[in-house]
Amino acid sequence: MKNNFKEFVKGFFEQNPILVFLLGLCPTLAVTTNAINALTMGLSVIFVLFFSNLIISLIRKMVPNQVRIASFIVVIATFVTIVDIFLKANFPSLSKALGPFIPLIVVNCIILGRAEAFASRNSVFLSILDALGMGLGFTITLIIMGGIREVLAFGTFFNVKVTPDFMPKFLVMILPPGAFFTLGILVGIKNAVSMRKK
Amino acid sequence: MNLLLIFIGAAIVNNFVLSYFLGLCPFLGVSTDLKKATGMGFAVIFVMLISSAVTWLIYYKILLPFNLVYLQYVAFILVIASLVQFVEMFLKKFVPPLYRGLGIYLPLITTNCAILGMTLFMVIRKYNFVESVVFSLGAGSGFLLALLIMSGIRERINTSDIPRPFRGAGITFITAGCLALIFMGFAGILR
Repeated sequence: MKNNFKEFVKGFFEQNPILVFLLGLCPTLAVTTNAINALTMGLSVIFVLFFSNLIISLIRKMVPNQVRIASFIVVIATFVTIVDIFLKANFPSLSKALGPFIPLIVVNCIILGRAEAFASRNSVFLSILDALGMGLGFTITLIIMGGIREVLAFGTFFNVKVTPDFMPKFLVMILPPGAFFTLGILVGIKNAVSMRKK
Repeated sequence: MNLLLIFIGAAIVNNFVLSYFLGLCPFLGVSTDLKKATGMGFAVIFVMLISSAVTWLIYYKILLPFNLVYLQYVAFILVIASLVQFVEMFLKKFVPPLYRGLGIYLPLITTNCAILGMTLFMVIRKYNFVESVVFSLGAGSGFLLALLIMSGIRERINTSDIPRPFRGAGITFITAGCLALIFMGFAGILR
């Protein structure tokens, strides 16, 4: 039981997919201009990760080794298409804001990475736990980044005003450079905390 | 004139790496020295050029007429993956020096989001065949440019004194941020 719990929480901090493995960086930087986009991207990734880990750990014994990457990508692309069509139908404005970054989940290294490193070697139950943990770690990091950038650039968080009026607005934070700066500093903080623990 | 604008737009103004954040994994992975960066850059240009032509034909001549657009992502990624495999075999057989030069970078390109991203932008912006090819050439050149600049800077960074938590990824992101800031200066060219 303790072991299962460990598989679940490892993605939050110790093996955080973004801050430690530097996986899935394109969506991390591109969609975190505000907290809502970040949350949408996070949930989409959790959905795709959950089902692709589930299917891949179910079929892992049937797939020949040489074609495994291609088969994994087809499984992943199928679920990404489902998410894309769902968002287009139900949340057209969100879908428009995220643009090509939803279909780009297909080549998000987190999903293929977890399929290759974990789901193709472990039981269905553990793979699901791994998917949920990694997905949540990813989502939390996205929301932190989106939150920081939204607060500094617009003074709002999830569209609710949080800063006093005299606080200057740093528009550069929602532009590409702001994304790189925020991520660089977060990686630095994560490393500093890990170093202190030792 | 229009073609020139598309090229400059993709290569400099909306640089794939620094303003769309596409292809960041190889950008961070192989920008450690200039030689690797050059190999990767040219491999990407090459694959982009071929995949833009092939995916354009597949999208407009097969998927659209037969009403199969929902298969777009599956089809595109399969095309790119098999194309990379094919290019690898072709080079190995007919141009061995180039094959050895590109080495392990060829297979890695399959998961480079810049390639899939480029094909998606091509469809979203409704480029015609020639425009698509020029767009892919611009995007590839922009990738090479960013990679070269970054690897030049990183060779310098290696010899300087950086606070420990920021060594490696941290300082690289902050450097990329500065580069992105500089590239924003080009935004005036298009308007």
